[in-house]
This record gives sequence, structure tokens and C-alpha cells, in this order.
Amino acid sequence: MELHEHTIHSLEERLREGEITSLEITKAIFERIEAVEDRVHSYITLMRESAFESARQSDRRREKGETRGPLDGIPVALKDLLCTKDAPTTCGSHILENFMSPYDASVVEKLRAAGAVILGKTNMDEFAMGSSTETSYFGVTRNPWDLERIPGGSSGGSASAVAAGECIASLGSDTGGSIRQPAAHCGVVGMKPTYGRVSRYGLVAFASSLDQIGSLTKDIEDSAIILGVIAGHDKRDSTSLPEPVPDYRKFLGRGIEGWVVGIPEEYYIEGIDPEATEAVERAAEAMKELGAECREISLPHTRYGIAAYYIIGPAEASSNLARYDGIRYGLRASGRKQLIDLYRSTRAAGFGAEVKRRIMIGTYALSSGYYDAYYKKASQVRTLMKRDFDDAFGICDVILTPTTPTAAFRLGEKIDDPLRMYLSDVFTLPANLAGIPGLSLPCGFTEKGLPLGIQLLAGYFKEDKLLQAAYALEKALPRDQRRPAL
Amino acid sequence: MKITKEEVQYVADLARLTLSKEEKEVFTTHLNDILMYVDILKSADTMDVEPMSHVVESAEAFRDDVVTPSIGTDAALANAPDHNGSAFRVPRVIE
Amino acid sequence: MEFEPVIGLEVHAQLLTNSKIFCGCSTKFGAPPNSHTCPVCLGMPGVLPVLNRIVVEYAIKMALAVNCTINPLSEWARKNYFYPDLPKGYQITQYAYPLAEHGWVEIETNGETKRIGIARIHMEEDAGKLIHDEKIPVSYVDMNRAGVPLIEIVSEPEIRSPEEGADYLRRLHEILVYLEICDGNMEEGSFRCDANVSLRPKGQESFGTRTELKNMNSFRNVQRALEYEIKRQKYILENGGRVVQETRLWDDAEGATFPMRGKEEAHDYRYFPDPDLPPLVVSSRWVEDIGRTLPELPSEKRKRFIRNYGIPPYDAEVLTSSRALADYFEAVAARCGKSKAASNWVMGDIMGHLKEDKLEMNECPVAAESLGDLIKLIEDGTISGKMAKEVFEEMWRSGKEPAVIIKEKGMEQITDPSALEKVIDDILAAHPTQVEQYKGGKEKVFGFFVGQVMKATKGQANPTMVNDILKEKLGAL
Repeated sequence: MELHEHTIHSLEERLREGEITSLEITKAIFERIEAVEDRVHSYITLMRESAFESARQSDRRREKGETRGPLDGIPVALKDLLCTKDAPTTCGSHILENFMSPYDASVVEKLRAAGAVILGKTNMDEFAMGSSTETSYFGVTRNPWDLERIPGGSSGGSASAVAAGECIASLGSDTGGSIRQPAAHCGVVGMKPTYGRVSRYGLVAFASSLDQIGSLTKDIEDSAIILGVIAGHDKRDSTSLPEPVPDYRKFLGRGIEGWVVGIPEEYYIEGIDPEATEAVERAAEAMKELGAECREISLPHTRYGIAAYYIIGPAEASSNLARYDGIRYGLRASGRKQLIDLYRSTRAAGFGAEVKRRIMIGTYALSSGYYDAYYKKASQVRTLMKRDFDDAFGICDVILTPTTPTAAFRLGEKIDDPLRMYLSDVFTLPANLAGIPGLSLPCGFTEKGLPLGIQLLAGYFKEDKLLQAAYALEKALPRDQRRPAL
Repeated sequence: MKITKEEVQYVADLARLTLSKEEKEVFTTHLNDILMYVDILKSADTMDVEPMSHVVESAEAFRDDVVTPSIGTDAALANAPDHNGSAFRVPRVIE
Repeated sequence: MEFEPVIGLEVHAQLLTNSKIFCGCSTKFGAPPNSHTCPVCLGMPGVLPVLNRIVVEYAIKMALAVNCTINPLSEWARKNYFYPDLPKGYQITQYAYPLAEHGWVEIETNGETKRIGIARIHMEEDAGKLIHDEKIPVSYVDMNRAGVPLIEIVSEPEIRSPEEGADYLRRLHEILVYLEICDGNMEEGSFRCDANVSLRPKGQESFGTRTELKNMNSFRNVQRALEYEIKRQKYILENGGRVVQETRLWDDAEGATFPMRGKEEAHDYRYFPDPDLPPLVVSSRWVEDIGRTLPELPSEKRKRFIRNYGIPPYDAEVLTSSRALADYFEAVAARCGKSKAASNWVMGDIMGHLKEDKLEMNECPVAAESLGDLIKLIEDGTISGKMAKEVFEEMWRSGKEPAVIIKEKGMEQITDPSALEKVIDDILAAHPTQVEQYKGGKEKVFGFFVGQVMKATKGQANPTMVNDILKEKLGAL
């Protein structure tokens, strides 16, 4: 196996045994990036020099016996909406093309403190608005399994980088499925923790009440490792909660005998690919064999999910993106003598079509006379959807669903049909509306050889259970040694 | 509900976006499609249901009233497209 | 037709915290532009607000002082609009669920007391400041003020005249300063007032079309702006016109209001709950704890001064105009036990001298105890009232105790009867002609003798005793 194909925990072991250095791993990753990046385009910015420096420092720490934990010396990538002091933070947008954050995001501080080697900033849909990474100002990212297909989005670059071996693991953000959906499309593990589990400080906001930072990794154990590093209360984020952070790795391997796995009947929708349904059935079968009971449950308000999400998300976004006005940072349209023209031209030139569209929807939904019909109504529906989950988790330990209705679609296939694009988030966004943790893990391939993912959901702050179930399932599913043919 | 081109223009003004003629056409269509889809919300029974605007219902999230170092004028202006060394510069604001 | 003005006032008061409402930057006024800024108050991508606890405590103090109900659960909202001084493109404020509601303050206009209702008090962040270039058409943005905590106090539309408006403002101002939560500086903008004004025919229930007045930076200007605006609207209505709903700026130099040009577009602020800040929970225990720290408020103090010190309402009003002045007066009165005398000295000599020397009460060179002692010295006859003024001047200059000054200058009155008798005997012996005149019934000569005694004692003889002894001696002759 080549170095870039390893997981965090296998490299951790080899580093510990002195079989390899962080610098060697980092060099191997950059060689891999050089070999495939022009085809995949996972990154917006590469941080070669600082990465090598971090790797050397990690190796020196190891020599002195001062290693900081499982991530020390491991090369990771960051979605380009996590603020970094030493590299631009563009959010995939023209309007922030040259923006240098004066501070590091909380999760970036944590990764640095844990000794991780930061490789660069990955491509994404502009301001995380999209499900295909086609709305990035910096060009599309391609799915390593089929270069004619999208990697999913919005954390498409973070997912493709893991799948293509351009990093060992990465961080992404998930507002309606933006980690889990690309993870499914790229055949990797994607985890969105509970809202409030990981600090959002320094995550450039799309929809503040839905956004959450999470990981994209090669397996469940790696997810547990990263969550252990990035989780925890942060005084700088008033919506992060002071829940204790358990040692998530301890829960792996404990099995799920006697657990109740809920399978929501509402998730068998029209338009779902039979292959996606089969993946869920395979997973259910495997869980039964592990001693769990699969039970059909009902999440009756599921059908309102997309509508509620496409009101609340854009509403918050329209406000969050008001700060991009060409005054304090970012792009400014030139030659405007009137303030109002400066605003309009700057934002017209700086934002792409999807961002404008969502700003328009959100502004409309909040505007005078429409608030009750749209924003308030959607927020009430959100309460109902949260109650659905509360009820469900009164009965079951975890919920099993498809991650996406289909495998990765073709580049350009849905880009001009926003509504169809939005529908691809149907299974992932309820977790964001409710705030519960969710995880997508690979579960076989389509006939065409595209990866399929299945989703597990758990109750608030039950990441331990989620990882425990996912780990058991991962081990129980048939091993498929396929790799993207790059 | 049907959103008119005039409403699209009003919303674009509120959001400070210049829309080209084509964009206005396309957005009017797309917004209508999306709003039509969103109409499904009307069928949800939300009588006496509190809106959920936060996942975290309440938290003891306070700071103490302690001054912490500012980043300084230079850092504040470092990303600004136009400034005079101490303040951001914009076209004259009329009051 | 007779019209009745309907006025509602919105007061913005900057709170005297050390740091801003949502970040740790200093709130100090007058720093170099943009030096008190950080990613949070600059509205950088990715930042989040964290609420300063003291802002809530100060807001609760004010709410309690004006008899509001504190809501156990209130909510932060975003008010969305674009302006260069607004870094995030929205202001964090409270909207649907404010911190406090349903209060009142008592005002007194032309001897009549009246309650003005307070609809709500909420917290919010201040915006930055724009500086306009005088030569070229550009403006400069300074974000030092962005994020300074404000409370907005919104009155019910229950104010019926410019005088009532000004009085209401003075009451609010006085309370804020008493609570030591706002410095009340109107020129620097720490206490700002906007007004909503409309007219309606007397007796009519419903309101007329209102205008919003801004840019009035003194009590006097608020009153003048209200007077002008009422006249303007009255003229329009009496001539069959219609008042246009708009924002108007008061122009001090012109003495008139003019429509504001910049923000003419529709006010569609798209308020919604701020997802970055959880709802604010205020426990009744917290409110009670804060309630216990409230000082005596000016209105209560005024009543107590009239009741306990027996001083006229006018004196009580003047003496309670600031906490420091009231405390000073109370210390003087306690020392000398003569409240009216204490009041006269504090309102006259102390306030006059402070004003002349441009000093604040806490910079007063004469300690309250010393002034109390001086008053005692007058009362017990050690010095005359006239001499006391001289002593006071010296106290103001040197800060010395009155007894020391009197001793140094040898200003004590002669109150030793034998000493006075000797002086009087000598004078009577030296002026036999005048003694004869007095005995012949020319009583005016009595004054001559007093004058001679005073001259001989350099004015230090106790006048009452001189009178008594003279009468006795002359009578016995």
C-alpha cells in the first residue's frame, strides 16, 4: 500500500514504531497531489512550505518524545471556509479571492495544537451553497471515481482529496449534507457532529443555525480520532455547548447487539435509485447479523424538509453575506462614485449565480409581509421535524437511511436546474434542521462502479453511539478493495 | 404565489445586487419554481407550534467585561480595498 | 381646529462598560480611528458574538429604575440594512422579545406631575462613525464605536408638548447618570434622542401621520425641534395639506427640520432571530440581586430631602440634580445640623465657585465637613456671616479648615464680657458730648457708639453683646 492510501490510525502506528517520518508522509502526499491534482482539482490553495515545516517540527517532537497525540504529523486538508492566518480563505468566491484572515478558526487552532500538518485549502461550492462543487469561482472539482462526475458538495474538494489520496483526512462543513453527500459520492466517511459539538468560530457562515464542522476520512476510526480533537466547548461560540468530550475511540468495537435501528418509511421516496435502496438493505442486513433489531419508524414531517431548509438556509445566508460590501475586505468594484453603486456592483461582480439566487430567496422570505408565511412557517416546521426525531430516538438507538437518492451525477447535469439540485439533499438536511449528528459511510458500488453511501443518525451528543454503530457496520460490510483509477 | 419581475427588482435592491436583464428573467423563473415548491409548507399543521430558531435553546454564554487587546489599525485595514492609513475610505455618504 | 401633538421619544444610551457588547475591545472614546477593533467588531468572515454580562446587568438596572417588567426570556435579532458604518450589514438588537417592557417615569411640567409610559427597553450594538472629507467626495469609516453597548428606551406616545418631552428626557438622563451606567454626554453621543411627532385634532383617538426627528444633540435642541416640527405640521394641516411620513434632521443653525436625503428607501429591515446568540434567560434571582444594588433614585431623593430636611422643593430639585451634589449637601447638613443654611451655602457659594472654576463636584476643594464647620461657627457666633464669606474664599483657595483660617487671621469675635466692658467704658469716657446727647433722648447716637466699638475691636466684637452691654451702661448712666 502506498503512503497516501493510509488512514490516520495506521500512519499513527507506523510513526510510533519509527518506520516512517511525518516529512516522508507529507512529501508522499505532495507527490500524489502533483500526480492527480490537475485532473481532480481538490485544492484552491496549497501550503507546501508551511506543511513541510510543520512536518519537520512534528518529527522533532517525536524524537524528543513530545508527540501530541494521534494527529501529530498527519497531513490534513481544510475546506476553504475555515479561517487561516497563513493562507487565503476564499470560500470559493471571487469576492474573497485575496482575503487573508487575521485569525485562525478554533478548529484550526485545535488541529495545529494537535500537531496536524495542514496541506492546504480545498475547493468548495461558493460559500458552501451547492451540492456539486460546480459553483466555485475557482473551477469545478471532479469525482476521483469518474472524472466526468461531480464529487458532491459543498465540501467536494475535501471529499475528493481524501478519496484521491491528496490528504489523509480533511475537514469540511455541513449545512444540509455538505459533508455527508460528497463523502457518499466519493466513497469516504463523512461525519457531521451535533450542532454545538464543534465550535463554529472561524467557520465562514452560510446558515448559522445549521452549519457544523466535521470530518471526511477513510474510515470510522479516523472520524473518531478527528472528532476527539475538534469537539468541545469554545467560549468564542455561544452556541457551542459545554458537554464533556468522551474518548470516542473507546466505543469502537463494542458492537451493537440488542440495539434498535430505525428505518424511516418516509425515506423511500419517488426518484430514489434502486441501487441506493439496496445499499440500505445491505446495511440493514449486516446490522441484523450483528444482533441489532431493524424496525420501520416514521418521521412524518420529512416531506417538508427541503422546503423548510430552502427558506431557513437562504434567509440566514442573505444576512450572513451582507458583510461582503467591498469596504473592509474583499473585492470592490472599481470606479463607482456613488455608495449604492459600489455596493450593487461589488456584490454583482463578486458573487456567483447560486449565491445570488439564495440571497434573493432569503431576502424575499424575510421581507416585509412575507416573514410569517415563509421564515416563521419554516421555523415551525423545523420544530415538528425535531420532534419527529425526539420521538424516534425514544424508540431506537440509531436511524439508518440512504445518504443520497442517487450516486454522483454528471458534471453540468443539474447546474441549471436549482430545484433538482436541491432535491439531492433530501436525506441529509433533516439532521441539520434538527441539529442531530449524522454520518455517511461507504456501502458498496453501483453497477457503473460509483460509490454508494448510507447514512446513520443518532440523538443529540450521541456521537459515541453513532461511531460505535458505524464502526460495527463498517467491519461487517464486505470489504471492497477498489480504488479510484486515477 | 407568483413573484413578479418588479418584486424581483425590489428584492435585488434590498440585497444590493445589480441584476442583468437575463439574470432578472432567470431569477424570476427560478424563484417562482422554488417558491411554488416551498408552498408545500402551507399544508403543515403548525397551529400552536413554536418556531425553532436555535438548536441550543439557552446557554450561559457570557463574557466578563474585560478589555482584551485589539488587533490594531494596520491589521484592521490590511484587507481593505481602499483606506487612508487610519480609516476605510468610501464614496461620500450623503445624510 | 385645535391640534394636539402626539410625541414618542426613543433614547439611545451608551453603557459605561469597559469592553464592547460582543467582543473584548475597549469602549474608550477618542482613540485613534480603528485602533479599538478586532475581527468580531469589524465583522470579519467567520466571527461570532459573545455577550458581555455587564451589559445585561446595566440594562436591567435601568429597567428596574423605570418600573419595567423584566422578561425572563428575551431574544436577539438581526436588523438588516446596508450602511458603511455597519460592519456586518446587520445590527444585533432585540426586536420581538425585548429585555424589558411596560415601565414609566414621572415628569413634572408647570407644577403638574404625569406618568409617561415606557414601552420597552432593549439592548443593541452601536454602529461605527463616518467622517466626511471636506474637500473631496469621500467619507472615512472608523469602527471604534462599532459594538459599543447601547440600550434603547422607547416611550409610549404619551408626550403632549415639547416641554413634557424635554422634561421626560431630563428624567431619563438623570436616572442613567445616577445609576452610573451612562455618562450622559449628549455632545459625544453617549445619550441620543430621536422623536416621533404627529398631530391630531383634539379629542380624536387615532394618530396622525408622523415624522421621525433626528440629530438633536441637547435638551434645548430637542425642545426646539419639537416646537418647530409641531408648528410645521400644524401649518400643513391647517392649509389642507398632508404630512409626509419621513425622517427629518434638525438643523441647529437654521432652527428647522429638513428631510433626510441619504436613506430614502423603504425601511424593510428583515428582522429575524440571530442564530449566533441563544435566547437570553434572566432569572428572577439575578433581577433581585441587581435590584439590591440600585441606589436611591433622584425622584425618591427629592421627596426625602423636602420631607427630612424641610427645604423648599426648588432646593431639593437643584441639590438632587447629581448624586455627588446630593451626597455633598447631605454631608454638610449632617455636620452642621442646619439644613436650610447648608442648602444655601451649597447652592450658592459651592455651585457658583464650581461653575466659575469649571470644576466637577468631586473636584471641590472645600470638604463637606469643613463647610459644615464653617456654618457651625456662624451659628455659634464665633464669626459673623460677613466674615464667613471671607473665610470661605480662603477655604476655597487653600483648602484649610475654617477654624485654622480664623485663628491665623485673628478673626474670632470678642465675646469676653469683661473685655468688651472695658472697651465700652473707654469709649463712653472718651465721648462725653455724645453720651449727653443720648441721655437727652437722641437715640440715634447709639449707632455711633456701636461703630466706635467695632472700630476699636477691628470688627471682631460680638455685635449682640456690644448692643446689650452698651444699652446696659448707657441706661445706668
